[in-house]
Amino acid sequence: MSSQRIDNFGKINREKQFRFNWENKNYFGYEGDSLASALLANDIRIVGRSFKYHRPRGIMSCGVEESGGLVTIGTGNKKDPNVRATSQELYEGLIASGQNAFPSVNFDLGSVNNYLSRFFAAGFYYKTFMGIPPFEWGKGTAVWMFFEKFIRKAAGMGRVSRLPDPDIYEHANDFCDILVVGSGSAGIASAKEAADKKLDVILVEQDNFIGGDQLSETSFDSNNALAELRSLGVRVMKRTTAFGLYDNCVLGLIERVKDQSNPINKELPKQRFWIVRAKHVIIGSGAFERHIAFNNNDVPGSMTVNASKHYLNRYGVLTGKNIVISTNNDSAYGTAEALVKAGAKVIVLDKRENLNSDLSNNNFEVRNGVVPYNINGAREIKSLDIADTVNSTYKKIDTITCDQVLMSGGWSPAVHLLSHRGVKPKWDSENQCFIPGEAKENITMIGSARGIWGKDDCIASGISGALDALNRLGISKTKYFFPKQGGWENSIEPLYEVKYKKSRSKSFVDFQHDVTCDDVRLAHREGFISVEHLKRYTTLGMANDQGKMGNIIGLSLMADLLGKEIPNVGTTTFRPPFTPVSIGALAGRSVGKHFMPLRTTPMHQWNLNNGATMIDAGLYQRPWYFPKKNETINDAYIREAATVRKTVGICDVTSLGKIAIQGPDSTEFINRVYSNAFAKLPINKTRYGIMLRDDGLVLDDGTCWRISETEYFMTTSTAQAGRVMAFLEELLQVRWPDLKVNVTSVSEQWGVAAISGPKTREVLDQCLEDSSIISNDNLPFMGFISANLKGRIPCKIARISFSGELGFEIYILADYANKMMDILWNSAKKFDGCLYGLEALGALRVEKGHVTGAELDGRTTIDDVGLGNMASNKKSYIGSAMRKRGVLSAEDREKLVGFFPVNKKDTFDSGTIICEKNNIKGFGIGRVTSVTHSPELGHWIGLGFIKGGVEKWKDTIVVGSDPIRNKEMEIQVVSPHMIDPGGKRLHG
Amino acid sequence: MILIKCPYCGERDHSEFSYGGDASIVYPSLDAPQEEWVKAIFFRENIKGIQKETWQHINGCRMWLEVERSTITHEITSVKPCHKNLQKVIDN
Ligand SMILES: [Zn+2]
Repeated sequence: MSSQRIDNFGKINREKQFRFNWENKNYFGYEGDSLASALLANDIRIVGRSFKYHRPRGIMSCGVEESGGLVTIGTGNKKDPNVRATSQELYEGLIASGQNAFPSVNFDLGSVNNYLSRFFAAGFYYKTFMGIPPFEWGKGTAVWMFFEKFIRKAAGMGRVSRLPDPDIYEHANDFCDILVVGSGSAGIASAKEAADKKLDVILVEQDNFIGGDQLSETSFDSNNALAELRSLGVRVMKRTTAFGLYDNCVLGLIERVKDQSNPINKELPKQRFWIVRAKHVIIGSGAFERHIAFNNNDVPGSMTVNASKHYLNRYGVLTGKNIVISTNNDSAYGTAEALVKAGAKVIVLDKRENLNSDLSNNNFEVRNGVVPYNINGAREIKSLDIADTVNSTYKKIDTITCDQVLMSGGWSPAVHLLSHRGVKPKWDSENQCFIPGEAKENITMIGSARGIWGKDDCIASGISGALDALNRLGISKTKYFFPKQGGWENSIEPLYEVKYKKSRSKSFVDFQHDVTCDDVRLAHREGFISVEHLKRYTTLGMANDQGKMGNIIGLSLMADLLGKEIPNVGTTTFRPPFTPVSIGALAGRSVGKHFMPLRTTPMHQWNLNNGATMIDAGLYQRPWYFPKKNETINDAYIREAATVRKTVGICDVTSLGKIAIQGPDSTEFINRVYSNAFAKLPINKTRYGIMLRDDGLVLDDGTCWRISETEYFMTTSTAQAGRVMAFLEELLQVRWPDLKVNVTSVSEQWGVAAISGPKTREVLDQCLEDSSIISNDNLPFMGFISANLKGRIPCKIARISFSGELGFEIYILADYANKMMDILWNSAKKFDGCLYGLEALGALRVEKGHVTGAELDGRTTIDDVGLGNMASNKKSYIGSAMRKRGVLSAEDREKLVGFFPVNKKDTFDSGTIICEKNNIKGFGIGRVTSVTHSPELGHWIGLGFIKGGVEKWKDTIVVGSDPIRNKEMEIQVVSPHMIDPGGKRLHG
Repeated sequence: MILIKCPYCGERDHSEFSYGGDASIVYPSLDAPQEEWVKAIFFRENIKGIQKETWQHINGCRMWLEVERSTITHEITSVKPCHKNLQKVIDN
């Protein structure tokens, strides 16, 4: 046994035992344990395998910077990979396993990679993409193509569950005066000071206990500290990570509300994603202890110094018996003291030769001027070779038998959140760390995140931070000062890498991505010397710990190679998130049916009651088809379309955009907006109109009704309704402020049914109070009229047809929409009519060659779709100058045409590429945009575009190529008006 | 997480607004020659610093706003209605 639980140490609740499962074996831990401490208490030292070389890895820290102990929690649909064992709370029944190992972390076949390591050095993937030397260097990628599937299988850490996530995640918003990140001594002091001034303070702590580094002090009582803060009115959020800091002091927080095992409170979310707006942010996010790069510094049993103190005094776990502590600064001595007190044998190696103050102690041996050189042992530490510095090279002088090596290469303030705001850190050479730069925004850094080490200084900086916030918010004008950076009695001496004499050493800079010092040197040799290139080439700092421990080591190595100082090499910018955020938390409740809001028409339920199968069309759900018994969608829509042409059909077309346009300048406005003439549209008449965009391409089409001298009613397509409305508002508010016009969206106020087919008049005869008002004379084609449905229900009837048959659209107040459908349908049934949906609507319009969004796709001009005669030459309107640009009127532009299969049994799909015979390649000469079976013609037809249009191709057979569906068919190009081109039926 | 102070509704999150475009464009008259329109529609400065842009309070009062925003820091220095008379109406 080398790591073990010991009596009389730690703050865990020994009254409450938890059973947990690690790699299919059961163990016990206590309430208050982390998974890492519980594993160490059970002397489980190998908890994973490294990314590239599959080397055994153990717990290396006690917090979010962990880069060794990445495990998978849970099974089945609750599986959560790449969880840091160090920040995973233990709970009853927790199931966890190691990663990146087969069959197990203790015996892993992948570890053969360790012996092939020279093939996996930095840039391995990039080189493999380029071709593998010496066989095909620079020539091709055949080797990559062959090996890709093996490499992809071997790469990556944990495996995610492929099952839907059964947990709930929530989004929430909050506000406060001051938000304090981190509950260390500095953060607590800030929160208290601000709360004392009656400010609304939120204190965020990622741990399940507050206290930060104080949790490693025997005398610190976290519950007391929490109670005191709460009594002052501080809103303390535990288990909550501030993962990102954004503009205007907005913070993104992830609150871990419950763990996976919790069977109670099923309605509680697993995590809550908070957006908190603070007036001032105080960051006391602490500092990370760095390791030291030397040969085999990753063998299980190596750990940062301070972590070991946390395991002892927080969790009651002594992480080793014969411990060597290697340091270049004063912070390690407190841990040495504590470990000795718990019964360990400790030797301290201090790189510094001469110290100002005597740190030696009767309880442990200190060897000055000595550094760690090489760890002996593969699965556990057997001994440590040590070296001294002679003429700035390291020479092995001794070997110490031990079971643990603790490292402290200095401390790096957690400047991540400030970096999110684009504030560059400054290099402090005296303390060998990056300290935060000055923020212009309302952000104050405190404690060790500011580079202040001593506890009393940290508390003072916390109070100063609060005063700084109060002053900047204009609440007080108190004088304050911040303690200066540092605070050790003896200054730190740089120690980043202890260079190993042999080539091919394994001195790790980034444990999680297996980046060694040699990889950094290789990157330098191959020219990747900028920090950002170094990072990408070696993947240093790109694992999910984001280089919290090792980044500075990499920088110092590069600085050395370039003969520069660290600050002149640069620092990479930290970006959110600080720690990984699950996709589930980002999605929140926007999953499944709640993915986006559902818009329904006022007759939605009526449609369902009458057998509609619905389809999502934009934000709307619309009737797709109304199947009779055993009908497929094809059976149904073909029957519906045929019925409309034979008798009569009714369709819910409410989703059209509807805009009321009012004001003395309405006519002028309409006339500027549409490409065709509107100035002389008579009252009670409606006109089909086309709108262009500023650049001359088609924006939308629809109808516009003139209600009075100064009032119009506009309809738009379903898809463009919002865009057209915003554009009209822009024109009136931004460009033409002198026009006296008001536009109002009335899309929701009206329900609309289209009724069409030769029997339409017979049906309406029975539906209207006075059916004479829709006579051909009284209501000619493109006229509209006010009428009453039976029961004196007022409505507007427009004689408009999208199907090409005699047709009307009936507009009614939304509340009467269901009643209208009842009245229409009861009558239509008597004439063998049908209800029809979007699919039949599409079939009918394709037969007529009417365009919709599939054709008006933002790339087509008014001439392309054959409506050039609707572009007035007598007036100027939006897009009128730009539509005449050369590219938009080129001869060989694709023009709207109809397509028939030559073999009438052939079918084709939208997206089919039209090519010349014997030249089937590339983009072809055209494309199919809409297809349908035409009940009228008895075969499939399509609408689409071809270069030169129907005139050029009407006598030539072309080929429809559909490489995705592996289909090819011969196609005849025809006029887009495939049925009743003269429009006789409309006027019937 | 930009906050925009709508002159009518007050300070709101930018998610309530939709971005319009460059507010410094002076649109030519509809009968202006094509070259003027090409310039107005396609030619844009890539500004580092304070930029005038239009936003619409699409999920609020639907007002079009002229906003001065720093493209470096997102700091907003001015918000006013695009329509010249609207500010007077609000003030009264
Ligand atoms: Zn507003």
